Amino acid sequence: MITKAIKQGLTLAVVMSFLVGCSSSDNKGTETATTGTAVTDTSSSEATLSNVVYFDFDQYALTAESRAVLLAHADKLKGASVAVRLEGHADERGSREYNMALGEKRANAVRDFLVTQGVNGSSLEVVSFGEEQPAATGSDEASWSQNRRVEVKY
Amino acid sequence: MRYIISAFLFVVAISASAQNIVFVTKGVDNPTKIAVVPFAWTGGRLPEDIGKIVGNDLEFSGQFEATDPERMLAFPRTEAEVHYRDWKALGSEYLLIGSITQQAGRYYASYELFDVVQQKRVFAKLTVDGTEAQLRDMAHHISDKVYETITGIRGIFSTKLIYVEAFKKPQKYRLMLSDIDGFRPRMLLESRYPVLSPVWSPNGQRVAYVSFEVDNKPAIYVQDIATGRRQQMTNFRGLNGAPAWSPDGQKLAMALSKDGNPDIYVMNVLTRQLTRVTNHFAIDHEPSWAADGASLFFTSDRGGKPQIYQVHLASMQQERVTFDGDYNARARVSPDGKSLVMLNKRPGTTHHIAAQDIKSGNLRILSETNLDESPTIAPNGAMLMYATRSGGKGVLAAVSLDARVKILQPPKQGDVREPAWSPFFN
Repeated sequence: MITKAIKQGLTLAVVMSFLVGCSSSDNKGTETATTGTAVTDTSSSEATLSNVVYFDFDQYALTAESRAVLLAHADKLKGASVAVRLEGHADERGSREYNMALGEKRANAVRDFLVTQGVNGSSLEVVSFGEEQPAATGSDEASWSQNRRVEVKY
Repeated sequence: MRYIISAFLFVVAISASAQNIVFVTKGVDNPTKIAVVPFAWTGGRLPEDIGKIVGNDLEFSGQFEATDPERMLAFPRTEAEVHYRDWKALGSEYLLIGSITQQAGRYYASYELFDVVQQKRVFAKLTVDGTEAQLRDMAHHISDKVYETITGIRGIFSTKLIYVEAFKKPQKYRLMLSDIDGFRPRMLLESRYPVLSPVWSPNGQRVAYVSFEVDNKPAIYVQDIATGRRQQMTNFRGLNGAPAWSPDGQKLAMALSKDGNPDIYVMNVLTRQLTRVTNHFAIDHEPSWAADGASLFFTSDRGGKPQIYQVHLASMQQERVTFDGDYNARARVSPDGKSLVMLNKRPGTTHHIAAQDIKSGNLRILSETNLDESPTIAPNGAMLMYATRSGGKGVLAAVSLDARVKILQPPKQGDVREPAWSPFFN
């Protein structure tokens, strides 16, 4: 369900903020059910633009879905003088420090893409939290795939 | 002399108290059996049981099994009271007896070691003294002496551990210092933002670490352990990570991305002068000094996957060091300079701790738990500790370098992670 939502580019900001809010919950069922609710409840057009893009394991290349989401952000940011923070994250597997670098590489990939789309690079700040701030706390692929991410924070 | 032959499968609880519980999940199949007689003491109740601490220490090494005092037929206080036959009957190979006296507020612990098999005294009576607060130090000192006498290897029971303890709701990070058995934890730093990568200076007086406390961004700090005084060493844009002290304590290797991408740099601790060591568009991270200080090992994904590379600082020549597995990261060099201990993953498996002989390149897997990371090596090279997960929590586990002893320290309050084993203090 979560994966489907990501593919449709729907309301991920709302979903993710909910998941962060209940990040210490071990109950996967609850999270999934509530995610569905969040998707249907949202009507604002602003919320249809996801503020999170996801990555494959141990990768920092942008996926086609991520590029589509970032193109929309680039349109919004072009010519605007708004400061944006790009926060890179990794899943819990592997070395803690290496994951810091992985998170930064992911955030850099987002920054570089936005810059090539005409966004002013000086308005984009990159920071990595590695595996320190997971969006989902389970030790399984469903959680890990949500944690390998860059959050675009306005 | 080798005491470790092969693993056995019993789960043995070696120490239990309300505060800290240590489990040996796998020990050696032929541990040396030692009877540590409860230390004689005529006063009131002592805050620490020295004999028990010594027995626990020796078992923690995985090389000893302490005889249960409940099974002892006698509690001798002097050599004259020792009847070897009693101890032979229990299967004990060594016997440690001791007594505690108090004089002018100081405690004096005297102890003697006997070889039950050869029926002779191993060393004449020795005495260690200290205040009431130092009773555990005195016990660890006795453990070191007994361990070294029997094994020929310097004991690590008086060394310390620094680790990170993380809490959720609210998010909180603590840098903690404790005895190597987890007792006497003391907080060195508390922050609402991530703290990671603690490393001891070679003289055991300072700790370097990464803290996000300013603007929720990483910076490297050096803190004096005794005084708590600290200095911010870096404040660069981007990644400021993985500090590593040079063997002479004068330099810190680190990973910085200030020039656009994570690369390895070396900073002179006194002058703050910075030298760039690597310059590659891939991730270069997690430097660790070779024992001679002439080269650095580091993690790089320049070949597509993270592997360990070595850079020789005089020539800046670089070469790949690890080839076994599709993930090798965060290497630490053993005290004798001969082995690398690191995080390893082979295709289709999870991450484990592995040791690689630097000369031959041979790699052995040392850990069997899941989500293993952050290995740290004891200064005598005979054990290492690492972070893993158990029951949904971060915990520390220990293993001997020959893969035969595994000890888990169940979690305290928070997620325990990133252990850093101190050097010897003298």
